[in-house]
Amino acid sequence: MQPIDLADTTSDFDSPDAPRKNRLTAPIRGPKLGPLEFIRWIWRVLTSMRTAIILLVLLALASVPGSLVPQRSSDPNGVSLFKDTNPELFKFYDSIQLFDTFTSVWFSSIYVLLFVSLIGCILPRTLHHWRILRAEPAEAPASWGRLPFRRLVPATGGVAAALTSAESTLRAAHYRVVRDDTSIRAEFGYLRETGNLVFHVSLVGILATLAAMGGYGWNGQRVIIEGQTFTNQLASYESFHPGSWFTEHQLVPYGVTLTKFVPTYTKDTVKDAWMPIDYTANLSVKDASGTRDAVLKVNEPLAIGDSQVYLLGNGYAPVITVRDAKGTVVFDQPVVFLSQDSNLTSVGVVKVPDGLSTQLGMQGFFYPSAVELDSGALASDNPEPTKPTVTFNVYTGDLGLDSGKTANIFQLPIDTMTQIAGRHTGIEVVLTPGDVFTLPGGLGSVEFSGLRRFIGVEIRHDATQLGVGISVLFMVAGLLASLGTRRRRVWIRVAGTARKPELEWGGMSRGDDPRMDAALDKLVERAHQTSPARVARA
Amino acid sequence: MMNNLESISLIATYSAMAVYTLSFILFTIDLAGRASSTGQSAPTRWLRSAMALLIIGWAIHLAADVTRALSAHRVPWANMYEFGLTATLVMVGVFLALNLWRDVRFVGAFVSGFALLALGIVTVNFYVSVTPLPPALQDYWLVIHVCVAVLGTGFFATGAALSSAQLLQESREAGGLQTRSWQFLSAFPSAISLEALAYRILVIGFVFWTFTVIAGAIWAERAWGRYWGWDTKEVWAFIIWTLFAGYIHARATRGWRGRPAAILSLIGFGAVVFNYSIVNLFFKGLHVYSGL
Repeated sequence: MQPIDLADTTSDFDSPDAPRKNRLTAPIRGPKLGPLEFIRWIWRVLTSMRTAIILLVLLALASVPGSLVPQRSSDPNGVSLFKDTNPELFKFYDSIQLFDTFTSVWFSSIYVLLFVSLIGCILPRTLHHWRILRAEPAEAPASWGRLPFRRLVPATGGVAAALTSAESTLRAAHYRVVRDDTSIRAEFGYLRETGNLVFHVSLVGILATLAAMGGYGWNGQRVIIEGQTFTNQLASYESFHPGSWFTEHQLVPYGVTLTKFVPTYTKDTVKDAWMPIDYTANLSVKDASGTRDAVLKVNEPLAIGDSQVYLLGNGYAPVITVRDAKGTVVFDQPVVFLSQDSNLTSVGVVKVPDGLSTQLGMQGFFYPSAVELDSGALASDNPEPTKPTVTFNVYTGDLGLDSGKTANIFQLPIDTMTQIAGRHTGIEVVLTPGDVFTLPGGLGSVEFSGLRRFIGVEIRHDATQLGVGISVLFMVAGLLASLGTRRRRVWIRVAGTARKPELEWGGMSRGDDPRMDAALDKLVERAHQTSPARVARA
Repeated sequence: MMNNLESISLIATYSAMAVYTLSFILFTIDLAGRASSTGQSAPTRWLRSAMALLIIGWAIHLAADVTRALSAHRVPWANMYEFGLTATLVMVGVFLALNLWRDVRFVGAFVSGFALLALGIVTVNFYVSVTPLPPALQDYWLVIHVCVAVLGTGFFATGAALSSAQLLQESREAGGLQTRSWQFLSAFPSAISLEALAYRILVIGFVFWTFTVIAGAIWAERAWGRYWGWDTKEVWAFIIWTLFAGYIHARATRGWRGRPAAILSLIGFGAVVFNYSIVNLFFKGLHVYSGL
């Protein structure tokens, strides 16, 4: 937050009124401070460089728990798992906001203090730099002896001509130059501080954008099965996370139909396992401008309206048809099964609340390429459907849908239901496409009548992207400009005698600038076409 | 099954380690030689041989990296082994390039030793055969994001070597470390010059790291739908960035310059190593690309 090396060499560079020096080096007598002085003292401490460094290190330190403890924002399942396994510790952690590290009071207070400190530093510095930008190059120091780099050259052809040549050389080297009859003062590298300030202002820009625009964002998740159409309205989302200023009008109406999902796999011969190498979802998009085909892939989100659609997951949705005893269809739809491994062994639940004499629930396992293990159990040895097979555990009884609780579509209340078929009942239910299983007790039948795929998509609108993106561009430009620019000053005065006049060049640079010495040589040579004599520092 | 190029790459990796070992031994002998003499002697033949071996080792190392890339038909930094292989290559490369500009051979023992250690750990523990990339990694952002991360890591490592030398030299200048075994430090530049050198290297590392984080954010936006989500790896990238930002500020502040700044730089490099090793292997997150 302070120009590099301000502390060391500022005594003769910018510094008499340079803001933010190490004010803490002065002794501070706390008890005698009045209220106003106290506020000023707090302000000084807060905007001091030392505080900024400590806050930076604290911010790094405070981030660590965010990687050690599961976060609600990035890993909600990890949080509920933690709650189940360590209920006592969970309460303690939760009370100190460890599951919400990056929105917690302690993390927020560190970065708020850091940004207050930052703003308190860049405001006066901007003002100071503004004055310097409008001011002429500084006067030469009273004692030339203190200048680290000095050169003497004969002013052949007269003082005026030599000064003119020096002036044009300095101007060509982008120095700001002021010249009179006997001297020149020149200054270079204002971009260093400008870049530095731009960098820091951009950081504030990022934070301001997040604060101002973050509330307008929203995101929602949804599963779309092949043949299904998703319409962009609140009720269509399976889960939806609105920002604090979200209104439903923000959702632009459009429809997305999944026509076909095509994954490609390859066999990893080393691990003897199948690996996905491509996922392509072919979509049909219908919005105000008409209907068009679109392709959605991983890493290639689809922009519709002011939102982006991302492909995050996929799997199988076997079509299950349930008929009652008379053969009337009471249930006929694809059911989403969640994959459990790389060969897409998947689990899903079928719930048939109406149409049969009792409510029916089925816990299903799906194997795209079923093989029988030595133990007799089934497994899948390929993610592609070479031998698709569904097995079910069938239950009757109350599905618990009327209790008012939001029922998890992937869970059955099997404790309170009665198993009538499937594992451990002696009646195996193993279906390949077209197979029909007749339910015991004349209840009806279950058919594995087709197979489709589904994709999981996330749809988002992020209002902060533009502002953050622009801020980051400025931040990088500022950083590079600041680090790549040297701050240099050059003075020239007339020396020697009236008969044999000479020009004396003096130069200094702020901070690390190992090339200043050579740069001064180059300038002098270019101006006078002669190698200068060095003058030792007094 | 390994293809031909892949096994050539592995053989080259082991060969590079063997040559690095010899180079490290010679660098150490050189330092020991300085310890027994007055320390101010000109570079010994040990040092020159050590440098020559390091260059040969680096060439073999480069061959290992290139053949790995050729056998995989993609950039050689898609899993932990490849990242380690390339990052060490960059680190030694930065050290060698630095010598064209300024004589920094005195940290040769550190650099060759660290390269050897890192290569050994990476090859023994993280080696995986070439496998095709999962869809999420098939993006040109893999090239950009990981490339700048590798460069940043290489510069941070070299900077850490210089900061360590600076800390030792500072103790010696303050009157400590005067025993004969520390005599070699008298052949090192002053703590102030070491500091200036380390700073310049680390600032370049910081710029690369800034690009790493930005490129990562852009890629995350494309792949995961958000540019920043405090994934464990993102958290650690942020920690590293913040620590080195702290270092840069510390260096410009009276009372923080010198030892405290150097310690911050070492803590920062510690975080880099932690992020690469522990976070990759044991932390849950979206960056699960170790390939193990």
